[in-house]
Amino acid sequence: MSKYDKLVTNAAGRVVPTIINNQSALPYMGIGKYRPTGRKAAPLIASSADYPADGNKVVASLREALIKCGLKNGMTVSTHHHFRNGDLVANQIFDVAHEMGIKDLMWFPSASFPCHEPLTKYLEDGTIDHIEGSMNGALGRFASLGKMKGLGVLRSHGGRYQSVQDGEVHIDIAVIAAPTADPFGNANGVNGPAACGLLGFALADSQYADKVIVVTDNLVPFPCIPWQIHGNYVDCVVVMDKIGIPEKIVSGTTEITKSPDRLLLAEWTAQFCDEAGIIRDGFSFQAGAGGTALSIGIYFSEILRERGWKARFARGGSNKYLVQMLEEGLTDYILDGQTFDLAGVRSMRENPRHVNTSPFTSYNYHGKGNFASMVDVVILGATEVDVNFNANVVTHSDGYLLHGIGGWQNCLFSKCTILPVPLFRDRMPVILDEVTTLCGPGELIDVIVTERGIAINPARIDLIDKMKHSRLPVKTIQQLKMEAEKICGKPDKPKLGDEIVAVVKWVDGTIIDSVRRVIS
Amino acid sequence: MGEIITVGNKGKNIRSDCFVTFELKDKGGPDIRLESKVAVMYGNAIMAQAKELMEFFGIQDASLKIEDSGALPWVLSARIEAAISKAVSPDKEFNPVMLKENEYTTFKDRNRFSRLYLPGNTPGLMINAGIHKPDGIILDLEDAVAPDKKDEARFLVRNALRALDFYGSERMVRINQGDRGIKDLDYLIPHNVNLILLSKCEKPEQIHDVNQRIGQLKKKYKIHNPVWLMPIIESALGVINAYAVATAAENVVAIAIGLEDYTADLGTKRTTEGTESFFARSMVVNAARAAGIQPIDSVFSDVADSEGLKQTVLRSRALGFDGMGCIHPRQIRIIHENFAPSAEETEKAKKIVSAYHAALEQGLGVVSLGTKMIDPPVVKRALNTINLAVKMGKLSENWRETYEQV
Repeated sequence: MSKYDKLVTNAAGRVVPTIINNQSALPYMGIGKYRPTGRKAAPLIASSADYPADGNKVVASLREALIKCGLKNGMTVSTHHHFRNGDLVANQIFDVAHEMGIKDLMWFPSASFPCHEPLTKYLEDGTIDHIEGSMNGALGRFASLGKMKGLGVLRSHGGRYQSVQDGEVHIDIAVIAAPTADPFGNANGVNGPAACGLLGFALADSQYADKVIVVTDNLVPFPCIPWQIHGNYVDCVVVMDKIGIPEKIVSGTTEITKSPDRLLLAEWTAQFCDEAGIIRDGFSFQAGAGGTALSIGIYFSEILRERGWKARFARGGSNKYLVQMLEEGLTDYILDGQTFDLAGVRSMRENPRHVNTSPFTSYNYHGKGNFASMVDVVILGATEVDVNFNANVVTHSDGYLLHGIGGWQNCLFSKCTILPVPLFRDRMPVILDEVTTLCGPGELIDVIVTERGIAINPARIDLIDKMKHSRLPVKTIQQLKMEAEKICGKPDKPKLGDEIVAVVKWVDGTIIDSVRRVIS
Repeated sequence: MGEIITVGNKGKNIRSDCFVTFELKDKGGPDIRLESKVAVMYGNAIMAQAKELMEFFGIQDASLKIEDSGALPWVLSARIEAAISKAVSPDKEFNPVMLKENEYTTFKDRNRFSRLYLPGNTPGLMINAGIHKPDGIILDLEDAVAPDKKDEARFLVRNALRALDFYGSERMVRINQGDRGIKDLDYLIPHNVNLILLSKCEKPEQIHDVNQRIGQLKKKYKIHNPVWLMPIIESALGVINAYAVATAAENVVAIAIGLEDYTADLGTKRTTEGTESFFARSMVVNAARAAGIQPIDSVFSDVADSEGLKQTVLRSRALGFDGMGCIHPRQIRIIHENFAPSAEETEKAKKIVSAYHAALEQGLGVVSLGTKMIDPPVVKRALNTINLAVKMGKLSENWRETYEQV
C-alpha cells in the first residue's frame, strides 16, 4: 500500500502520480482534452417501503444516526462548508467516530476552515486517513509536513461534483448541516438561527451518497419550504441545540477593503474592464469574496449608474454590496453559489431575482455546459503567478498548503479572467519564473493587475489592442517580474522534498500538479 | 559587554519591518541570528547583508538578532546600521545605492495639490506611497515619530530617499524643531531631498538657521540640486508673521498652515466649517500670494469622510489655496479632483482660450467672445484653468484640434 505510485510528466510538464491512494488516476492532458465516455456513477437503489410511512426520520443523536447508517472503518464521510468558520457539525462526526473506535475514514468536505483544526488529532491517531478537499491552516501544515497517512486530493467545486459523478469518490455517508429541515429531511439554508443562504455544495452529496444524514437546529413540521435538499434522498434527521455560530458563518472577508493599495487594484481593474469594452449594458461578472474583489463591484456600480446601464447577472458569492446592486436595479439577477453575509441571506430568502445555484449548474465538467463559461469577466485572487500566466491558489511560496481551490479553476473558463494581485507581499514576490504549484494554466488567465502595472496575456491580442492608448500602466509580465525582483531581490526557491503529500486535480478529474513535502 | 540595544518594530501587525537586538561582546566573534517570515526565500540574502554591515563597521565581537517581518533590504540595512551606530558611534555611514529613478529635481512652482504625510519610522507605509501619485510624499521625522525612535528614523528616512522609488512625487521630509532638526539635515541633504518642511515657523530666523546648514552641506557634498523649503505656520505669532516667513529666503516655495496646533494656540477647537481659522487661512493665502509663492492648506483628518474632505477641498480652493496635506492615500484622488477645474469651469475657459487664440491669429489686440470684450486677467485665469485641466488629465493636450469655435 502506498499513498501514490507511477509518476509521469503531464501535459503541463509537471510530475504527477497516476496511482493515488490505491486508485488509478489520469495525468492532465490539456484544456478540454479529456472526454471520458460511458455512464456516470449511480446511487444505490432505495425502496420507500424501508422508510417510515409517516415521513418521520428523526433519530435521537448524531451517534445513533451514524450507527444506523453503518459507519465503519475506511468509509468516506462528506460535509459541506456553507457554515464556513462557524461550523459546529464536522468535528462532532469525527468525535463520534473516534469514540466508536473507527479508523481510516476519508473526510470529503467541500472545504475546510480554521475551526476544523481539532481534526488534526484524528489525522494523527488514524481515525481519519486523509482529506480530499481544501486543507487550510493547521490541516494544511499537517499535510504539508507529510504527516497525513493518505494522499491529500484538492479539487475545485466543479471537480468535486465531477469526481462523485465519475465514481472516483464514493460517498458512504453524507452529513448535511441544514439551518432548517423537516422530519422527512427536506432542508434549506435561508431560514433558522444558522441561516447560511443556500446548501448547493451539499447537492451532489445528497444525490449520490449511500446514506444521507440531515442535521438541524431548526426542525419545522413538514413541509420545509423552500427545499433545496430533498427529503427523498435523506435517511435520517438529527436535531441538535446548535449547528453553527451565526457570526462566523456570515463573516470573513466581506467588507470592502480600506487598504489603499488594494483599492487601487480594484480601481484599475474596473477601469481596465471599462476601457477594454467588457463593461456594457447587459454584461455579466463574478468577483470573489476578498476585499479587493468586493471593491471592484463598487467601481462597477459607479460606472453602470453613470451610464444608465445594468448587468444582466452577477455571479455570487453574494454579500451586501451585490445585494445593493440588485436592489438598485444595477443587475437583473444574482446567480448565487454561496452567501457571505446576512444581507445576502435575506435577499435570497425574499427576492426571487436572487437565485441559488450549485456546483452542478455553475461548474460541473459533466454538465451539458455550465454557467461559468458564459460570464463576461471574472475577478479572482492568486498566491502566485508566473511569467507564463500560470497561477497558484493552494500553496504559498514557502510550499505550505494554505487555501482550497474553491470555484477558482472553474471560473477561469469565463470570457475574461483577471487576477488583481500585489506585485509582492511584504518581501514575497507574487510574480515568479514558475509557480510553486500549478492550479490554473496560463492559457485561461488573461490579465494580471498589480499596483505597479497591468500585464495582458500575449495570446489576448484583442485586449492588447484595445488598451493601446490607455493611460493605465500596461507592461509585460516579464517587466513586472523584474520590477518585483528589483525591489525584493531574487528569491531562493523553497526547499521541498521529493515526497508528494497531495495532488491538485484539474476540473476534468485529471492530475495537474503534485504538492511536495515541506522540509521544516 | 555593552548595553543591549534594540531598534525597529515587531509584533502581530508589523509588516515590512524588522526588530534588531544588538549587543557588543568582549569575545566570541560575530553571532548573527535570524527569525524571518521570508526565511525560505531570503534567509541567505539577509544573513549575507547582516554580515556585510558588521564588517563595514568593523564589528568583531557582538551578537545581532534580527526578527524580520518581511523588511526590504534598505529597511534591514537601516535598522542594523541604527543599532550599530547607537553602540559605537561610527564616523561613516552605510548608504544603499541611490536609485537612478530618484535623481530628479523639482521646480519652484510645480503642482503641490496633495502632499502625503508618512510617519518616518514606519517602512510598511512608505513602500507603495508613490504609486498613489501624490504630488509630494513627506517622510515625517517630527510629530509622527516617538521621541525614543527619532534617531533610528533618520537612518530609515535616509535609506528611503536613496532606495525607495518615489515614482515622481516630490521628495519631502519634515524635520524636527531646533537643534535636532538641524542635525536631521545631515541625513537628508546629501540624498537628494527636494523639499524640507519646517514645523511651527514663527520668524525668518528659523529659516535662516536651516538654510545655513543646508548651504554648508551642499558645499561639502558638492550638491547643486535645489532644496526647497515649506514652512508651516501653526501659531498666532506665525500667522501674524506669515509674510516675513514667506519672504525669508529665495528657496521658500510655499507656506502651509497647520490647524491642529493653531487652534490649540488660539484656545479654540477645530471645526469642519473652519470659521475659527478663517483669518489665519486668509492670512497665509495673502502672505503667500504677496510673496509670489504657493499657499497650502492643512490636512483633513477624518479619513473615512470623503464627502467632508471634498467640501473642505472646495472651500480651500475658494479661499485661494493651491493644495492641502493628506494623511491617507485614499484622500489623494479627492483632493486632485476637487482642486482641478470643474467641467463647467473648463468649458468656460475653453471658450475664452479659443477666442484668445483666434484673436492672436487674426492679429487683434482685443479678445472678444460674441459681442463681449474679455479683460486680460480673465484670459490669464482661463489659460491657467486649461493648463491645470490638461495637467490633471481632465482635458486632452490637443483639445483645440477638435474644439469647434463658438
